[in-house]
Amino acid sequence: MIYAVFAPLLFAVLIPFLSRWKEKVHTGWLILPVPFLIFLYFLQFVGPNFEPQVQSVQWIPSLDISLSFHLDGLSLLFALLISGIGTLVVLYSIYYLNHKEQLGHFYTYLYIFMTAMLGVVLSDNVFALYAFWEFTSISSFLLIGYWHYRERSRYGALKSMLITVLGGFSLLAGIILLTIVTGTTSIREMVAQADVIVDSHYFPFILAFLLLGAFTKSAQFPFHIWLPDAMEAPTPVSAYLHSATMVKAGIYLMARFSPILGGEPNFFFLLSLFGIVTLVWGSFMAVRQTDLKGILAYSTISQLGMIMAMLGFGTDVALFAAVFHILNHATFKGSLFMVAGIVDHETGTRDIRKLGGLMTFMPISFTLAIFGTFSMAGVPLPFLNGFYSKEMFFDATLVNSATGPFMEALVAALPVLAVVGSIFTFVYSMYLFFGTFTGKYKEEELPQTPHEAPKMMLLPPFILVLGVITIGLFPEMFNQGLITHAADAVFGAENNKDIYFWHGLVPAFYMSVAVVVLGIVLYLTKSKWEGIYSVLPGRLSFNRVYDWLIENIEKGSNKITTSYMTGSLRFYMVLVITAIFAITLGVLIQTNGVNFEVTDVAPITVKELIVAAIMAIAAIATIFVHNRIAIILIVGVIGYGLAILFVFYRAPDLALTQLIVETVTVVLFMLCFYHLPNLQKSTTPLLTKGVNVAISVGFGLLLMVIGVSAYNSRAFDSIADYYIENADPLGGGYNMVNVILVDFRGIDTLFEVAVLFGAALAIIAMIKLRRDKGAK
Amino acid sequence: MEIIMTGLASILFGAGIYNLLQKQLLRIVVGTVLISHGAHLYFLTMAQLKRGAPPLVVDGVTEYADPLPQALVLTAIVIAFGVTSFLLVLAYRTYTLNKTDNMEELRGSDHE
Repeated sequence: MIYAVFAPLLFAVLIPFLSRWKEKVHTGWLILPVPFLIFLYFLQFVGPNFEPQVQSVQWIPSLDISLSFHLDGLSLLFALLISGIGTLVVLYSIYYLNHKEQLGHFYTYLYIFMTAMLGVVLSDNVFALYAFWEFTSISSFLLIGYWHYRERSRYGALKSMLITVLGGFSLLAGIILLTIVTGTTSIREMVAQADVIVDSHYFPFILAFLLLGAFTKSAQFPFHIWLPDAMEAPTPVSAYLHSATMVKAGIYLMARFSPILGGEPNFFFLLSLFGIVTLVWGSFMAVRQTDLKGILAYSTISQLGMIMAMLGFGTDVALFAAVFHILNHATFKGSLFMVAGIVDHETGTRDIRKLGGLMTFMPISFTLAIFGTFSMAGVPLPFLNGFYSKEMFFDATLVNSATGPFMEALVAALPVLAVVGSIFTFVYSMYLFFGTFTGKYKEEELPQTPHEAPKMMLLPPFILVLGVITIGLFPEMFNQGLITHAADAVFGAENNKDIYFWHGLVPAFYMSVAVVVLGIVLYLTKSKWEGIYSVLPGRLSFNRVYDWLIENIEKGSNKITTSYMTGSLRFYMVLVITAIFAITLGVLIQTNGVNFEVTDVAPITVKELIVAAIMAIAAIATIFVHNRIAIILIVGVIGYGLAILFVFYRAPDLALTQLIVETVTVVLFMLCFYHLPNLQKSTTPLLTKGVNVAISVGFGLLLMVIGVSAYNSRAFDSIADYYIENADPLGGGYNMVNVILVDFRGIDTLFEVAVLFGAALAIIAMIKLRRDKGAK
Repeated sequence: MEIIMTGLASILFGAGIYNLLQKQLLRIVVGTVLISHGAHLYFLTMAQLKRGAPPLVVDGVTEYADPLPQALVLTAIVIAFGVTSFLLVLAYRTYTLNKTDNMEELRGSDHE
C-alpha cells in the first residue's frame, strides 16, 4: 500500500526528465499507467468481503509519528476516486494541454497532489495526515497558479493558499489537542477513546479547530470564496482537485471523525447549519454566474454543503447518503467539468451568454452533458445516480430530532432549505445545459468555429457518464462492494441500506416532485427573476472582506518593517547592544548572580598599573582624537600594551602573536588610511551623543559587574589540569598552548585557518575586482 | 589585580562601543579593534592571573598558568586580525566606490 501512495511522488521526481521529449511524446502518455495501476491495486479490495487493511512504517518514532496506512471502506472509496479520476484526468489533459505548455511542471504538481491526497485518506496517524493535508494545499496553489502570467491565476492561487492553509493550521491545533487528550496519534485509537475526548475540557476547542479546518478546505460558507477563483486553473485540475478530490478532504475529515464527534449536539448544529446554508447559498449564487466553470464552481460548493449537512445529521440514513453522494458527485461533476473544458477548448469561450446551439456541432458532448446535468439536478429517472442520493438526502432531512429552541428551529427548517437549495440546483443545471447546447447559435460571438473534440478527449467524460448510468441502473452492485463498507466506517457500526429507485409515495418523493415542478417554472421564467438574483449581496461582499484583510495586513507589515529597518547602522547597533544589555542584566538580576565578595586575587604591582593606565587613557583618547595618524598610533599603543600585559600574565605565545598581529594591523591601517578621508569632528546632536555615551558607559559597567561576579563565583573546578597533565604524554609537546591548538582542539584551528583564508580571498577580490568602468 | 584588569577590559569595551556608534567607517573599524582587545583581556582575566609558571613543561614545576584560555585567546587574536583586515579593506573599497565614508549616506534607497 505504501508503494501505491508514494508511486506518484516517485514519478513526480522523474517527470522533469521525461518531459524533455515532450515534443515527440506527450509527457502524459508516459505517466498515464501510474494512476491506473494504483486504481487497479485498490480495485482488488472491492467486494462484499472487504476487510480493513493496515500497513505501518516508522517515520519519527520519538514523536510517535509513523506512516501508518489504514485502508477501511471510507479510505477505499476515496482512494478509488483519487486514482480513478486521476487516470481520466491525466488522459484528458493530454488533449487539453498541448506540448508547448510547461508539461513537466503540470504533471509534477499533479502527481505530488496525487500522493498527498492518497496520504490524507489513508493515514491513520494524525500528524502524517496533517503533513499530507498541507501538501494538497501547496500542490493546489501551484496548479491554480499554473498559468502564472495571468493576474487572476496568481490572485486565485494566493487566495486558495491563504484560506486553506489557515484552515490547515487550525486543523493542526485540533489534532495537537486530540493527542494531548488521548495520548495517542492514531485515529483508530482515538475513536476507541471517543468518550474521553467528548468529556474533556478541550472538547469545544477541538471541535472548533477541526470544523474550521474542514470548512476552509471544503469551501463551506463563508470560506467558499476561494473556490470560484480557483477556477483559473486548467480545467483538468478543476475537475480533479476542485471538484472530485481535494475539496472533499474536509468532508473526509468530518467523516473520519464522525464516530467521535457524531451525536454531539454542537456538532450536529454547526455542521448541519453551515452545510445547509452553503447548499442554499451556493446553488443560489450559481444561477447568476455566466461563466461555465463559475456555475460549476458554485455548484460544487453547494453540493459540498449538502454532503457536509448530511454528515452533521449523523443518522444512519444521512451518513449512508453522504457517502453515496461523494461517489455520485465525483462522477457527474467530473464529467461536467470535462465537458465544460471541451466547450471552452473548441469554441474559445466559457461565457454562457455567447454560447448556444452547440447541440448540432458537438453531439457527443451534448449527450454527455445531458446525463451530467440531469443527474446533478436530481431528475427522477432510473439511470441517473444523482437522483438516488438526493432522494436519500430529503429522507435524511426529515428524521432529525433535537432539543432546545435553536435546534428545533433548525430541524424544522432543514427540509424547507433542502428543497429551496435543490430548486436552485435544478435551475442552474437546466441553465447550464440548455444555455450551452440549445437555443440560438451565435456564430459572430465565438472566437473559433466549434467542432467536436477528438475522440480520446471525449473518452474520460464518457467513462464518468457511464459511471453515472451504471450506478443509476445497478446501484446494488456498488452498494454491497463499496458503499456499505464506507458507510460502516463513517457510522462506526453496521450501516447497510438498500438503494431503491421507487420508494413509494413518501414525503421525500413529494419533495423531489416539488423541486422538479418549481424548478421548471423558475427556469422558464428565469428572465423575470434576473433582477432578484443580482440584487442580493453577491459574492463580492465576502470577497471584499478578504481583499480588505489582505491589503491591510500587507500595509501593516510594511509599516512595522520600515519602522525598524531604517538602514542606519548606528540604529541597528543601538538596538542590538541595548537588547544584549537588557537581557544580560535581566538574567543577572533574576538569577541573583551579582557577587562582589572579592577573594583570591593576584597582588597588584606598579608596572602593571602603569601599563593599564596608559591603555585606559589611550582607549578613551580614541574618542577625542581627530587626526587619522594619531588614532592609528593610539590603537597601536593599546595593542602593544596588551602584548606587555600578556607577558606579565605568563602567556608568552599570546604576547608574541599579539606583537606580530599588532604590527601587521598598524601597517594595514596605515595603507588604508592613506586612501581614506581624515576624521571629522563629530557633528552629531547632543542628544545622540548622550545616548551613545549612556550606552557605552552602561555596557562597560555591566561588563564590569559580570566580570567581577563571574570571577568570584566558581561553580566548577578548572578543566585545565587535564591539559597540563596530558600535554606531553598525549600530545607529545612541551608547549601546552601549542599542543591544545594543534592537537586537542585541532578542528578549531582548522576552522580558524579557514576563516583567515576566506578573509584573504575576500580581500583580494575586493582589491582586484573592478566593475565595468562606466558604473559608479 | 584581576578586578583592575576587568575594569580595563570594560573601558576598552565602552570606548569600542562608543566608536562603533559613530558615523565614519574608520571609527567603526577602530571600535571593533578595541572591542576585540577588550574581549581577549577579559577572557584571560577570568581564568585568574599570575598563577604558576608559563605553560611550558619544565621538569620539577607543578604549578602552571591555565593554558586553555591562552589557547582560545590565541585563536581569537588571529580571527580578530582576519576580521579587522577584512573590514579595513571593505572600508577602503566602499569609500573608493561611493566617495563617502559616512554611514548615514550609505544607507541605500528604500527599494532593493
